[in-house]
Amino acid sequence: MYRSNVMVCGGTGCTSSGSDAIARAFEEEIRAVGLEKEVRVVRTGCFGLCALGPVVVIYPEGTFYSMVKEEHVKEIVDEHLLKGRPVTKYLYSETVAEDGSVKALDDTPFYRKQLRIALRNCGRIDPENIEEYIAFDGYRALGKVLTEMTPEQVIQTVLDSGLRGRGGAGFPTGLKWRFAAGNAADQKYVCCNADEGDPGAFMDRSILEGDPHVVIEAMAIAAYAIGASQGYIYVRAEYPIAVHRLQVAIAQARQYGLLGRDIFGTGFDFDVDVKLGAGAFVCGEETALMTSIEGKRGEPRPRPPFPAVKGLFGKPTILNNVETYANVPQIILNGADWFRAMGTEKSKGTKVFALGGKINNTGLVEIPMGTTLRTIVEEIGGGIPGGKKFKAAQTGGPSGGCIPASLIDTPIDYDNLIAIGSMMGSGGLIVMDEDTCMVDIAKFFLEFTVDESCGKCTPCRVGTKRLLELLNKITDGKGTMEDLDKITELAEFIKANSLCGLGQTAPNPVLSTLRYFRDEYVEHIRNKRCPAGVCKALLNYQIDPVKCKGCTLCARACPAGAISGTVRQPHRIDTAKCVKCGACMEKCKFGAISKG
Amino acid sequence: MRRFSTVPFAGTKQQEQQLRAWLEEHKQMPGVTMPALQKAQEIYGYLPIEVQRIVADVLGRPLAEVYGISTFYAQFSLCPKGAYKISVCLGTACYVKGSGKIYEQLQEKLGITGGECTADGKFSLDACRCIGACGLAPVMTINDDVYGRLTGDELDEILAKY
Repeated sequence: MYRSNVMVCGGTGCTSSGSDAIARAFEEEIRAVGLEKEVRVVRTGCFGLCALGPVVVIYPEGTFYSMVKEEHVKEIVDEHLLKGRPVTKYLYSETVAEDGSVKALDDTPFYRKQLRIALRNCGRIDPENIEEYIAFDGYRALGKVLTEMTPEQVIQTVLDSGLRGRGGAGFPTGLKWRFAAGNAADQKYVCCNADEGDPGAFMDRSILEGDPHVVIEAMAIAAYAIGASQGYIYVRAEYPIAVHRLQVAIAQARQYGLLGRDIFGTGFDFDVDVKLGAGAFVCGEETALMTSIEGKRGEPRPRPPFPAVKGLFGKPTILNNVETYANVPQIILNGADWFRAMGTEKSKGTKVFALGGKINNTGLVEIPMGTTLRTIVEEIGGGIPGGKKFKAAQTGGPSGGCIPASLIDTPIDYDNLIAIGSMMGSGGLIVMDEDTCMVDIAKFFLEFTVDESCGKCTPCRVGTKRLLELLNKITDGKGTMEDLDKITELAEFIKANSLCGLGQTAPNPVLSTLRYFRDEYVEHIRNKRCPAGVCKALLNYQIDPVKCKGCTLCARACPAGAISGTVRQPHRIDTAKCVKCGACMEKCKFGAISKG
Repeated sequence: MRRFSTVPFAGTKQQEQQLRAWLEEHKQMPGVTMPALQKAQEIYGYLPIEVQRIVADVLGRPLAEVYGISTFYAQFSLCPKGAYKISVCLGTACYVKGSGKIYEQLQEKLGITGGECTADGKFSLDACRCIGACGLAPVMTINDDVYGRLTGDELDEILAKY
């Protein structure tokens, strides 16, 4: 037994800011003061508050150290671990009350409104130790289904819980399982979609990094329900930590007899293999993903036949994403009614969002379905940096749309998001402020889909390209009002005629920005102005001769030699030469340069 | 757009042996072509046509099929990479925080466009999708080093370290 556990976040975010060196420093310092038998250092999964990384939490107190540096470690060990006095100056400021006492983490605005089910073990256990997972009820749900439930009862429970796919479209998970269970075959497959391609979403990665066994256990449950014996986890090769922890977890599960032959002595066989993706967004689409597991170009194919009938290697297959699976063991253990009690009428349970962009508390949050965007942005997210104004939030990545400030009180669930022209997607939630140009954002997502379109069907391959050309015309200041009608017509055509979800949703970012921010498009077209000051071709940099002190900094920074003037005299910019890089504005100490 | 390398192929006998041994061992695995190309890229650093031909020969697949796969996935590169691979995240979270501009500045500073390698083989530059360090946006990586909360001013200093 250890009297204290030092939990160092080993998720990708904190590892990127050096948490591994901090974990090593803790181990050294703890050894130096002779506490190595009493205090243990654990590298955990993500705590969620990535903006404050590297994060270190010390249990049993649960004190939360944020932005820890190596040079803080000695002091923390000496004061906190040896003398029992938390070093408040390094603690997350929200956890320190005015009188200097330390508050529980659950009392901070970031965590107060969260409800962690899919992320329950992230930051709580050592993901590379199966015994810690087992200590927190791990593999108990698998034991329960194998010994006490029929496959049909498992499917009914998942169906009754109202769990819907967390990867995007929100299809009822139990229904998917029932279809596959009903198709007799000599071999069936269970697949996990961990090819999280939506730029700005990283909840699946965090679950794999923080709690890999939950996915393995849930896949085994699904395999039992539909009668499969082999599973594949298709994971992005760009997630090295997640891949490593998955492989460790699979090896441990095999060693404990929780994967392999005759699991729990019930005669049920199941094993899992990891397949690495190679960077293709379209492989998030189910038929494309299966084609890719088969080792081919990951192109989608028409449905029907649905994968439940003819999937991987031509056999009945189910595919769920990581977060969906992460809910399953809890549903089995606590029952469908427990899960149904959370969320809204048609969207049960919780959803994890990756909060990013212009927001103070970037990170991962898990909230009950039906929480409003306002709660997420203003309370959990801690508002927008620099006192700027909230303009919109983007959900659903390249398949989704924007939620404007006027709809900030919309309760977030699958159906509400679709109704306002966005979608849940995998859960990226990017906050934008007044400095974000909505036409540019639409263009950004469209560039992404043009790049990632697999090229198999014409509406997507050619259509998205033409759509992007129309947007480029507008941001170059050459657009006409007729272009807006053309954009709408083309967008609807692409949605109606593309083969797979990628093409069918690709125009959403354009349509939704056009719906809520039409003024901005019009401003670009009619007045050749970009109100947010982003679209380069429409920008003009100017020097205010009153504010300019003639310090020559800007002239020296200009890469194009576009700024002229003598020392101590107001300078001026030759707009014909200006390449609009903004270097002058960054250098100016007097705020004399403006763009517009 | 795929760029083809003008750098002559300089694979060694050892590399070839290593690849052939792996291929022989895993030939029977279902869906082997992708893992085979991943392995080949790990050995050679990129996938020139000579290497793709070895993969096709040993697996008994048409070269066209192997080529089709290696050009489909973003991870596979047909050009050699620099000793230091710079990768700028253009995921949404980084993009709204200005990573697009960082990417432009790097192209200017290195005198190459994205996907290329400098003439001395030192740096190569690529844009990547989200690496998931959104809390540190904007982010770039140079080999295994991660640089977060970047500003354009730091770039010279960072490049000088290599």
